[in-house]
Amino acid sequence: MDKLITVSPSPHVHSGQSVSKLMYWVIIAMLPAFAVSVYFFGIGAIYLTLLSVASCVFFEYIIQKYLLKTPVRTSDGSAIVTGMLLAFNLPSGLPPFIVIVGALVAIGIGKMTFGGLGNNPFNPALVGRVFLLLSFPTRMTKYPVAEGFGTPMIIPSEALDASTGATPLGIIKEGIKSGDGIGQILQSEGLSYTDLFTGNIGGSLGEIAASALLIGFAILLIKKVITWHIPVSVMGTVLIFTGILWLFGFEGHQIVLDRTGISLPLLQYTDKNTLELVPFHMADPLFHLLTGGLILGAVFMATDYVTSPMTSKGQLIFGVGIGIITVLIRVFGAYPEGVSFAILIMNGFTPLINRYVKPRRFGKI
Amino acid sequence: MSMIIVYTIATLSGIGVVSAIVLYFVAQKFKVYEDPRIDEVENSLPAANCGGCGYAGCRNFAEACVKSETFDGLYCPVGGNDVMSKAATILGRNAVEKEPQVAVLLCNGHCDASPKTNIYNGATTCAIESALYGGDTGCTFGCLGHGDCVTACTFNAIHIDTDTGLPVVIDDKCTACGACVKACPKGILELRKRAKANRKIYVACKNEEKGAIAKKSCAVACIGCGKCFKVCPYEAITMGNNLAYIDADKCRLCRKCVSECPTQSIIEVGFPPRKIKEEAPGAVTGENAPADSSNSVSN
Amino acid sequence: MLKTFKTGGVHPPENKLSSKAGIASLPLPKTVVIPLSQHLGVPSKAIVCKGDIVKTGQLIAQSEGFVSANIHSPVSGVVTKIDKTPDTGGYKKDAIFIDVQGDEWIETIDRSTELNKTINLTQGEIVKKIAEFGIVGLGGATFPAHVKASVPKGKTAEYLIINGVECEPYLTSDHALMLEKAEEICVGIEIMKKAIGVSKAIIGIENNKPDAIDTMKRASTGYQGTSVQALKVKYPQGGEKQLIKAILNREVPSGGLPIDIGAVVFNVGSIFAVYEAIQKNKPLFERVVTVTGKEIAKPSNFKVRIGTPISYLIDLAGGMPENTGKIIYGGPMMGKAAINTEIPVVKGCSGILLVSSGESCRKAIEPCMRCSKCVSACPMGLEPYLLAVLGEKSMFDRLEAEKVMDCIECGSCSYTCPSGRPLLDYIRYGKTNVGKIIRARK
Repeated sequence: MDKLITVSPSPHVHSGQSVSKLMYWVIIAMLPAFAVSVYFFGIGAIYLTLLSVASCVFFEYIIQKYLLKTPVRTSDGSAIVTGMLLAFNLPSGLPPFIVIVGALVAIGIGKMTFGGLGNNPFNPALVGRVFLLLSFPTRMTKYPVAEGFGTPMIIPSEALDASTGATPLGIIKEGIKSGDGIGQILQSEGLSYTDLFTGNIGGSLGEIAASALLIGFAILLIKKVITWHIPVSVMGTVLIFTGILWLFGFEGHQIVLDRTGISLPLLQYTDKNTLELVPFHMADPLFHLLTGGLILGAVFMATDYVTSPMTSKGQLIFGVGIGIITVLIRVFGAYPEGVSFAILIMNGFTPLINRYVKPRRFGKI
Repeated sequence: MSMIIVYTIATLSGIGVVSAIVLYFVAQKFKVYEDPRIDEVENSLPAANCGGCGYAGCRNFAEACVKSETFDGLYCPVGGNDVMSKAATILGRNAVEKEPQVAVLLCNGHCDASPKTNIYNGATTCAIESALYGGDTGCTFGCLGHGDCVTACTFNAIHIDTDTGLPVVIDDKCTACGACVKACPKGILELRKRAKANRKIYVACKNEEKGAIAKKSCAVACIGCGKCFKVCPYEAITMGNNLAYIDADKCRLCRKCVSECPTQSIIEVGFPPRKIKEEAPGAVTGENAPADSSNSVSN
Repeated sequence: MLKTFKTGGVHPPENKLSSKAGIASLPLPKTVVIPLSQHLGVPSKAIVCKGDIVKTGQLIAQSEGFVSANIHSPVSGVVTKIDKTPDTGGYKKDAIFIDVQGDEWIETIDRSTELNKTINLTQGEIVKKIAEFGIVGLGGATFPAHVKASVPKGKTAEYLIINGVECEPYLTSDHALMLEKAEEICVGIEIMKKAIGVSKAIIGIENNKPDAIDTMKRASTGYQGTSVQALKVKYPQGGEKQLIKAILNREVPSGGLPIDIGAVVFNVGSIFAVYEAIQKNKPLFERVVTVTGKEIAKPSNFKVRIGTPISYLIDLAGGMPENTGKIIYGGPMMGKAAINTEIPVVKGCSGILLVSSGESCRKAIEPCMRCSKCVSACPMGLEPYLLAVLGEKSMFDRLEAEKVMDCIECGSCSYTCPSGRPLLDYIRYGKTNVGKIIRARK
């Protein structure tokens, strides 16, 4: 025999799974949400997503080839996923340069600085998103009102105020300050749960349609790209936590305490010289679940392989952490939405979780 | 406005002063006494932290030097005699002299001499391959060429020659720390006496098989014929396990054995060309077969 | 609900090509090579010399110490030399070379095929005979059977578990054996029960072999305390720790042995060998070997004498396919890739798998993206990604703390890794070194 026989240590078979296959399944799972955003925001959504993906891939290629001089791995699809996630977190009609800056920060700072795929401590798309949120707060929080497929491609800057609105959570946050009841606010804005579910609301590209995101979740689960642990624990925690607050602060339930009572941030002094629970306008849990990019974050961003814990126990802790921080930011913080920050904060805890949360060893005595 | 600046400066200065005071007392309180000679010895060391001395780093070695009464078993192979005599002066002891050494690869099974019999397709480290496989050539004693020694070397003194697939030790950079010797699972790297002008003669083979089998798997294998043993005037060559071995301490670099070897497994490095030269032998790394064969032809 | 183990596991394609092939007998080869180290433990010592004439079944190498095994001549003929022969990895090991002349068996062996159900020997005698007749675990680990059969003082066995799982893809030797020798296996189980002093025996068979489950159920009905347990297909269920967990829902403690939780596990092949040894006085010198591969003409199960070169088996199964790229000695998950086809069959060889050159190379290594698929695949609840990195960096202290010694080297992690990282290679390296450190400490 003139051909040489290969030798290698076992195992000699492989599942056939690969990084790019997994990444392309993630992309496929994002397509329903993408389709919804195209339906509501028109051609601008396609433009924004393509621009974001193209810039992410371009920056990754340039950095790998000329800066780091490592093998170019753009074909594995991870940059495309980052690009799509970044676009999903941006409002339609954002000026191109902001998108490109976001992609540069996401890939350049969020990912490549740490050595590329597998080494970044924080979700690159969220790094890009939060950078943009802090740098261009006005543009990043003015969302074009969904006008259907015919929405013009780029909303000119002068029209920023005219045809834009806030997200449902933003509306609530503003509304609470003005002292209106939650029902009133929703009614005056004409929001219904059907709208929240189908995506007929203001918001960034990918966050609007809960139903499409849940279809994506189902695809990821069926193809075993992710496990249920993180999304379910995030959503479950948000449901439970907001549920408790909602019951606690439902309108009409006013608890009157005397002066020596415990002081809570929710409580305010009134002129009656007693402590009284101010009517706490808490949106109901379902509202919290369906808005503010929670499902997008829980399904697509918190589950990012690189930045989430390795064990299922760790993933549950991670998800619960994200849920709690999200609600804390939403209810008590200055921002109406907190998923991005919550995920980034818990990303920071991932190494610690990996260090201390071990899988149950077989035969542990 | 100006008041704000004043307040700011005052506050910051205040914080600075308070912190400095706290730090001072804490430093006093938790001060650990260390023999100042440790620092001195450490400063005299090469600071390579290579672990060649057997300690984790230069500081640990310095501590060990100061603690122990003599230099028994303590030697910095990187710094050599110079550094050890400096350390001896600091500690007021007699220095230990050792002959300088250099790492030598006792295998010349390059791609042409030792044809591949298999393709290895596992993790590319020598340690892992050698645990399961003898190698992808017929010889189970020779170099695997994955470069565990290259990874182990902290001085960039070893690289894999892409033509031969064998590691090459750059003598001038080699500090004889021994990291590569420890890293090599085949045990084919050896620390040998460093002779003048980096000249060396050694048997570049560790194949313990009988001559015919060894020769079949590698053209430049030592077949244990003993011709070199007979010709050596200084009794520097010993035979064992179907192999010849040249003791570098006894070898006077006369080169008689080199021309005697029928398989060109004895290699000479760093010598000037012989009388009738066809090709200049490789200067530093000249363990290539053509140079050797030309030498043997010339005799 | 079918039983299975809980932690981890993977589902490689089964590819049991030879499951319907039955067991074929072979003409004898011209020469056999019998390595002296065919079992776990100390290599045996040859007691024959060059030129000696040996008969089939004659003792030719004696065990050295308790964890070691006797080796008997598989053929009759002349010992030509005692020399070194390469093992699957190419390292030369001592072996006895015999030229085959005829097939003359030693007189004590009962060559009839009648089923002999009466067990005349006592417990001690059985264990002694198992040792004498060189029986080792035929599932692949080749642990000397008499060591497992001698229950240490202070411990009691409750269950005898018979491993008919054969979770390795491609291999069907145990399957074929269960179909053809069900009665003998059941008698073998009775013998083993007596040897280790238990009343209950459970045969674990994966659900992908319904015919074997049926056959064994039918055969075992007459035996008190012997039952068949069908198991859900999952690799590595044939690992003894996983099998005990699946059947008894007990976990072998970390660093412990199955006997610590009252179980003793034997492979069906070993049980059949025990039957032949005790009832027919036949030492272990032949076994069933699957010769298979997608390209091979006739995937078969052969009854093979130990020492037969695998090239001989491949020829009988239709010859070596043109594009063979890898010869695997054993199954695809845990088998060893052999350097050539001159390697002899040894006691632990359950199959020869020929892989075409297209499938023989690993995929390119990509960076670890921490997808944690290896963690969910590990049947021992370890973190392969971490162990591999620690192994790569030679951080042996931490490896020990992360329980690298619990690794059963099943290969589920490398199998499942989307980045194609050689996780098990590095873990095995770490495990070897940690093992050395632990032994040095003692």
